[in-house]
Amino acid sequence: MPIDQRPFPPHIAGIMTDLKNIRNFSIVAHIDHGKSTLADRLIQLTGTVAERDMKAQLLDNMDIERERGITIKANTVRIEYPAKDGQTYVLNLIDTPGHVDFGYEVSRSMQAVEGSLLVVDATQGVEAQTLANVYQAIEADHEIVPVLNKIDLPAADCERVAEQIEDVIGIDASDAVQISAKTGIGIPEVLEAIVTRLPAPGGDRDAPLKAMLVDSYYDAYLGVVVIIRVIDGVVRKGDKIKMIKTGGAYGIDRLGVFRPQMQDIAELGPGEIGFFTASIKLVRDTRVGDTITHEKKPCVTALPGFKPAQPVVFCGLFPVDSAEFEALRDAIEKLALNDASFSYEMETSAALGFGFRCGFLGLLHLEVIRDRLEREYDIDLITTAPSVVYHLHMKDGSMRELHNPADMPDLTYVDHIEEPRIKATILVPDEYLGDVLKLCQDRRGIQMDLTYAGSRAMVVYDLPLNEVVFDFYDRLKSVTKGYASFDYQMIGYREDNLVKMQVLVNDEPVDALSMMVHRDRAEARGRAMCEKLKELIPRHMFKIPIQAAIGGKVIARETLSAMRKDVTAKCYGGDVTRKKKLLEKQKAGKKKMRQFGKVEIPQQAFINALKMDD
Amino acid sequence: MAKCPYCDFNSHVAASIDQDRWQRAYLSEIDRIGAETRGRVLNTVFFGGGTPSLMQPELVAAIMDRIRATWPTANDLEVTLEANPTSVEAARFIGYRNAGVNRLSMGVQALNDDDLRRLGRLHSVAEARAAFDIARNTFDRVSFDLIYARQDQTYDAWRAELTEALSMAVDHLSLYQLTIEQGTAFGDRYARGKLRGLPDEDDAGDLYFLTQDLCEKAGMEAYEVSNHAQNGSESRHNMIYWRYGDYAGIGPGAHGRVTIDGQRYATDTGLSPANWLEQVEKTGSGEQSRSAISGADQAAEYLMMGLRLRDGISLARYESLAGKPLNTNNINRLADIEMVSHQGDSLRCTPNGRAVLNAVLRDLLPD
Ligand SMILES: Nc1nc2c(ncn2[C@@H]2O[C@H](COP(=O)(O)OP(=O)(O)OP(=O)(O)O)[C@@H](O)[C@H]2O)c(=O)[nH]1
Ligand SMILES: C[S@+](CC[C@H](N)C(=O)[O-])C[C@H]1O[C@@H](n2cnc3c(N)ncnc32)[C@H](O)[C@@H]1O
Ligand SMILES: [Mg+2]
Repeated sequence: MPIDQRPFPPHIAGIMTDLKNIRNFSIVAHIDHGKSTLADRLIQLTGTVAERDMKAQLLDNMDIERERGITIKANTVRIEYPAKDGQTYVLNLIDTPGHVDFGYEVSRSMQAVEGSLLVVDATQGVEAQTLANVYQAIEADHEIVPVLNKIDLPAADCERVAEQIEDVIGIDASDAVQISAKTGIGIPEVLEAIVTRLPAPGGDRDAPLKAMLVDSYYDAYLGVVVIIRVIDGVVRKGDKIKMIKTGGAYGIDRLGVFRPQMQDIAELGPGEIGFFTASIKLVRDTRVGDTITHEKKPCVTALPGFKPAQPVVFCGLFPVDSAEFEALRDAIEKLALNDASFSYEMETSAALGFGFRCGFLGLLHLEVIRDRLEREYDIDLITTAPSVVYHLHMKDGSMRELHNPADMPDLTYVDHIEEPRIKATILVPDEYLGDVLKLCQDRRGIQMDLTYAGSRAMVVYDLPLNEVVFDFYDRLKSVTKGYASFDYQMIGYREDNLVKMQVLVNDEPVDALSMMVHRDRAEARGRAMCEKLKELIPRHMFKIPIQAAIGGKVIARETLSAMRKDVTAKCYGGDVTRKKKLLEKQKAGKKKMRQFGKVEIPQQAFINALKMDD
Repeated sequence: MAKCPYCDFNSHVAASIDQDRWQRAYLSEIDRIGAETRGRVLNTVFFGGGTPSLMQPELVAAIMDRIRATWPTANDLEVTLEANPTSVEAARFIGYRNAGVNRLSMGVQALNDDDLRRLGRLHSVAEARAAFDIARNTFDRVSFDLIYARQDQTYDAWRAELTEALSMAVDHLSLYQLTIEQGTAFGDRYARGKLRGLPDEDDAGDLYFLTQDLCEKAGMEAYEVSNHAQNGSESRHNMIYWRYGDYAGIGPGAHGRVTIDGQRYATDTGLSPANWLEQVEKTGSGEQSRSAISGADQAAEYLMMGLRLRDGISLARYESLAGKPLNTNNINRLADIEMVSHQGDSLRCTPNGRAVLNAVLRDLLPD
């Protein structure tokens, strides 16, 4: 982020803000309900950013965020608001992502603040992430201000949605603020509600420093930037601090706040949120949730900290051109610098050569990382089937984690296999309920709850995660025409009849297409996979059997027939040059294929074979 | 005159043609190339590419005279002219024969009026048959072209049409599967999804193999992918292309492969007739580019062209052009799956291999 060179306004440069004049809050909502747009209006109305520098979803500054129109990283901004009571307040807002994959960003943001603005799209009502977020806010002891957004749209129905909030969530919505984040209606009321309804932070200025490490990221110019919330004490530029869990000790180089540009500040006191840099080289050297204190006069008790985000979806990433392996390693290391929730380790595949097995928070996270690798680092990638982490309970009593189906040991050593299960909450209009139940049932779900809120049903299912990582989201969207919302939480591991399915092309196993499946679903999966590959692999000069097998047993089979005709009809003296160019181009196209025995498989086949459409 | 929607040939349209200017330009081009290839024996001449049957017989005669004065010609010089099968053009046939043309190749294209219209042809089947009869009575050697695998053409319909064609044919027949070429009206229509009813690969394969079958039974085996002839009646001119011999290109949009002082060059001329004419008049040469062809490229071109022929290529000649032999592993792999047959110095496609020649070439051509 470029550094703001403006001189500091006096109240930031020197005098500490009185605790009672601070409000810290997160903006939470279901995806697309308008959190970032509301943040824009708050930033704008308080004059934090000059009018000419405003743009929509100002805080979504990553390319991928702007392109997809979603928030991925939580962002903090400090704004100042002269309230009706004549006093000026310092507001620290955290805009959070709505997508389920990034739920971790929401939960840790909530730890840093005392209240939440719960935004609900008044044309949509309560959705799955609305619920998930509100429960987290309640757990974090937050004061919650419900905000009904998009009232400029004719379909907005504030009364119904307020009722829904009361019925489904059980919080008072009688004084919900009705706004349009787009047109600016109701924004002054939101600012007043923040000041009057959210609590001021506590904290003791004279106690030893105790600050929470909220987040950290890597900046090419500044190194690691650490975002903190001060609980007690005061931190100043030049201070010697240490991190209790990691034990790291550093001298603070720069101290500042986000407006949303970085702006230096002399000190941060209790209740304040800001950042520092301290010649920390790696994001890995910091741990979110860690307690920061002074080296000399440390605080006595540490903060409880947060559970680190666990990757739940794994897949292999291989460079299409094996010569790009080193470039891929570099790129992955750089990305991981900035994203602690993404894990990687080297992997080799007989089919695909050297690559990495990477762990992600979910499929969207996977997609985002893959996109960034391809675009920012210009590396063409092959992505293998997404997989979850299985627990292999061995006959000798030990337990092994299986991240990659290709690593499945000989079954004679395995006693049983457990798979991760999730609790999925789905909100859906009544007319699509039947389809949703069928989908969940087909995916080996166990119904846990079914309740109604007006004309919407809320279903809770216990589902195997591996059935969800494929295409559950897409299927859910398509069977409900986009009207369902979905949220999930991991609930643990359970044993089931799981097997490794292999795919053989022209009798050669293609390890990159191996996957773990439930035995009862294996035939259907195998058949779908073979049919798909038959479409995706171009014809060769000979016919090619495509098989799915468990152990040595073939469970599905297709045959790709031989090429019949591919010859230029007319080729005379004037056609030679052009024809040669054409063949050269086709030959170059062949280089984008992977050779398996005698068969060439296009990379696109690996990606598309896994997009099952049932 | 209309331009055909499938054709990427240089068939430009001009209302009236200033034959004098053209004649001077052609003759000057013959002189120019003649000077560079002095003493070489000329075996064939081909008036083609577009609509040479728009030329006055006098122009053809003048060109032939200049050619004979420039190069020593073979005793059995083959002179082919491509013609559209219309009555207007048929009226000139006798003039062409007197000018020295001894082989006529007629673009009949289809024996079905609806399809002729769809192909954008202005003649009818009846007119084509009449023109063909005149040609047969005028020239020693005649051939005609048909395009098949057309929109909505069924297997049975093509069988009937080809049977009829074989009964008309004398000793040579060219049968091309419709190719959708980029930059043509068909290409645009196809890209917009507006060209329906074309056969898929399997159907196209069936039509192709039916064609081989019927022609063979009629004694007109394919000597090249799309060309069928009785033994000895092959187009000698086109054989030069496929055997990768030398040819000079004269006129707009004409390509050449000529060896000068031991180096082989690829030449071409400007596509636009008006610009070509102006260039020849202003600079004394219609050539647009001339580039030396490396040994490797010559070998690749030889392979591409030669494998189109029933008789295939000589591996020794390939090696001497390329400076190294063709990869034996690749040959063996293709031989194993019966796409090529390899005997001594000769490498040729099997009938199945020829049908998928592009795939065979993708495997054989060196990286
Ligand atoms: N009509 C109307 N559209 C709005 C309003 N607020 C937001 N939008 C639109 O809703 C879409 C989503 O807005 P965002 O602010 O990106 O939503 P978000 O909640 O931050 O989304 P995520 O960060 O992806 O969860 C955008 O197209 C906005 O322009 C509103 O008050 N009225
Ligand atoms: C130069 S070739 C004729 C050579 C001639 N058959 C001979 O033996 O001397 C021209 C012919 O190619 C065919 N042709 C042109 N464009 C075509 C296309 N797009 N698809 C199929 N055939 C085409 C037409 O039949 C046209 O008459
Ligand atoms: Mg957002």
